[in-house]
Amino acid sequence: MNSSFFSVEFFDQVVLGITPILLAALAGTLSQAVGLFNIALEGQMLVGAFAAVAGAHFGGSLADAVILAVLAATLYSGLLALGSAVLGGNDIVIGLSANLLAGGLTSFLLRSLFGVSGTFSDSNMPGLPRLHLPWIAQLPLVGRALGEQDALVYLSWLLVGIIAVALRFTPWGLRVRGVGEDFKAAVSFGVHAHWHQVAVTLMGGALCGLAGLQLSLGSLTLFSENMTDGRGWIAVAAVMLGRGRPLGVAAACALFGFSDAVGLRLQGQGLPNQITDSAPYVVTLLALIAAGVTRRLRVSPQPPRLSSQHTEATRSVP
Amino acid sequence: MNTVRAVLGGPSPFWRRALRPALRLGGTLLLGFVACAGIAVCVGIDPRVMLVEWIKGAVEGPQIFETVARSVPLVGMALAAAVPLRAGIVNLGADGQLVLGGLAAAVVALYLPLTPGLRLPLALLLGAAAGGAYGLLAALGELYARVPLLLSTWLLTYPAKGLCGYLVRSALRDPVTAWPSSHRIAPAERLPELLHGTPLNGGLLIIVALAVLVVFFDRRTALGYEIRMRGLNERFALYGGIALGRQTLLLMAVSGALAGLVGAVMVLGSEYRFTDGALTAPQYSWSGTLAALLAGGEPLGSVVAAVLFAALQTGGFAMERSVEIPRVLTTVLESMIILFLAMRSATWRRLR
Repeated sequence: MNSSFFSVEFFDQVVLGITPILLAALAGTLSQAVGLFNIALEGQMLVGAFAAVAGAHFGGSLADAVILAVLAATLYSGLLALGSAVLGGNDIVIGLSANLLAGGLTSFLLRSLFGVSGTFSDSNMPGLPRLHLPWIAQLPLVGRALGEQDALVYLSWLLVGIIAVALRFTPWGLRVRGVGEDFKAAVSFGVHAHWHQVAVTLMGGALCGLAGLQLSLGSLTLFSENMTDGRGWIAVAAVMLGRGRPLGVAAACALFGFSDAVGLRLQGQGLPNQITDSAPYVVTLLALIAAGVTRRLRVSPQPPRLSSQHTEATRSVP
Repeated sequence: MNTVRAVLGGPSPFWRRALRPALRLGGTLLLGFVACAGIAVCVGIDPRVMLVEWIKGAVEGPQIFETVARSVPLVGMALAAAVPLRAGIVNLGADGQLVLGGLAAAVVALYLPLTPGLRLPLALLLGAAAGGAYGLLAALGELYARVPLLLSTWLLTYPAKGLCGYLVRSALRDPVTAWPSSHRIAPAERLPELLHGTPLNGGLLIIVALAVLVVFFDRRTALGYEIRMRGLNERFALYGGIALGRQTLLLMAVSGALAGLVGAVMVLGSEYRFTDGALTAPQYSWSGTLAALLAGGEPLGSVVAAVLFAALQTGGFAMERSVEIPRVLTTVLESMIILFLAMRSATWRRLR
C-alpha cells in the first residue's frame, strides 16, 4: 500500500462510515438487552433519513430536520413496539415487513411530495455543520477525522459510554437486562416488563432517526431511495459480533467503517465499484464466521442468542 | 362461540379448512386497501379512482395475461421462500441466488459449445445448481460457523450482485446495448412462447410443475412431514430423530435452486439477456417472501398469495400509467398486509 492510501480523507471517510451504523447498532444493543430481536433498524433509519430531508426542505432549518427525523423514526419504531412487545407478534416477521414498508413508503412519498423518483437533493437544505475542536483538529492525519466532525458523531461516541454505563450500573439497566434475561422472572419481581420493552424500542427508534439524519444530511444533503443500503443489517451483525456489549458493538462498527473506507479507496485506485461496494458486507460475513468458529473452538455451553435457529421464546405467551 | 364454530365449520372439511384462511386474508387485504386509500387521500388522490384503476389494471382484458406472466417469477420466489419457511427458516438471500442462477443460465446459453438442443435444458439445470450452491453456502455457514442464516443469506446477496454486475460490465458485456448487459440469447436457446401475442412462455409450465412438486412433497412424503414437524416444534423434531443440520442443508439448497431456476427462467423466457439489476429491481424476492409469510410457509397458500401479489403489481403498473399514482403503493400494501397479520395473530411466534 502506498503512502497516499491512508490519507486525511481516508480517516474522515472511516468516521463518516461508522456513525450511522454505530447509532443504529446502539439501538440494536438496547433491544437485545431487553430481549427483543430488532431487525427493523434498516427501515427506521430510512424513515429517519427521509423525515430529515423533508424537515430540512419544508421547514428550512436544521432544527426542523432533527425534530422530524427523531419523531418520525420513533413513531415508526412504535410499530415494532406495538406488534412485538405489546401484542406478542413475531419480531422477525414484523421487522421484515416494517423494513419493506419503510422502503415503499419513502419511495411513494418521495414521488408524491417531492415529485421525483430516485434521488432528491436541494442545495438550500441545511446540512449538519462540522465542528472544530481545538488541538485535536491540529493532529496530523487523523485531525480532520477526530476533530472536525458534526455534533452527531461526537454524540454517538458519548452514547456508547452512556449506554454501557446505564445498562451496567443503573437500576434501570438492571431491570432492562432482567427483562431480557428472563421475562417471567422480571415480571414476578414487579418489573413492568412490557413497558420496558416498549420504551427501549422507542428509544432505539430515536437513535435510528439520528442515524438516518446523519446519513441524509451528514456529508451530503440528499435523500435517495433505499439509501440505507443494508446498513441496518450490518448494525444487526455488529450487535451480534459485539455480543450485545456497547464497547464491543462499537469496535465491530469501527471494523465495518474501516472496510467501507478501504473499499472506497480501492475504487479510487481503479478497482470496479461493483466489487468494492460489497467489501463491508463481505468483511462483516468474514468477521461473523471468525467469531463463530472461535466460539465453537472454545465450546461455549450456550448457543449464540441471536441465532434464529437456536433461540427459544424468552417472552411469556399471554 | 358455538354459533361461530357452526358458521365457520360447515359439513365439508375442505370448506372448514379453506374458510378460515380466506376470511383472514380477505380481512387483512381489506384493511390494507383502507390504509392505502388513507395514504392516497393524504397526498391528494381520489381513493375510488385509485381502487378501480388498480383492480381493472390487474384483470381487465389482456391485462390478465400480464398478471399470469408476472405470477411466474413471484410464484417461483414464493416457493423458494416457503420451502425453508415451512421449517421455520427465513432465506433472505433469494436475490443473490436469483442473479447467480440467471447469470449461469445466460453463460451456458451463450457460450457453451454444445448442440443447440442440449443448451436450453442445461442452462436451466445449471441456473438452478448455481442458486442452490449459493444457498447451500449460507447453510454451511450456520452449521460450521454458527452464522445465523438470517444474516448470512442477506449479506451474501451483495457479493453475488456485485460479481454479476461486474461480469456484465466486463467479460460478458454486449457493447451494442446502452445498459450493462450480456449478449442476446439466440431463439433456439429461449423458452418457447405459449400463446402468440402474450408474454406467456414455457417458464409458466416449469413453475406450475415446480409448485405441484413442492405441494406433493410437503403433503405426501415423509420428508415433507419431517419438515412440517420441525416448523411446528423444533425440539420435538430433534427428539423424533430428525437430523436438523442435514435438513437445513437440504432446505437451503432446494430454496436456492428454486430461486436460481426463477432467474434462469426469466433470462431464457422473457429477458433474453442478463441485464444488471433487471432481475432484482422488481423485488421478486421480497414479494415472494411476503407471500410465503402470508401463508405461513404452506406451499399452496404461498402460490395463491403470490398470484394475488402478481395481480396487485400488474394493477399497480396500470394505475401508474393511467392515473399517475406511484406503483410503489403495491409494495406498501403488500408489506402492510403482513405487518397487520403479524401483529394480529401469533401465527409466526414459533419462528423465534
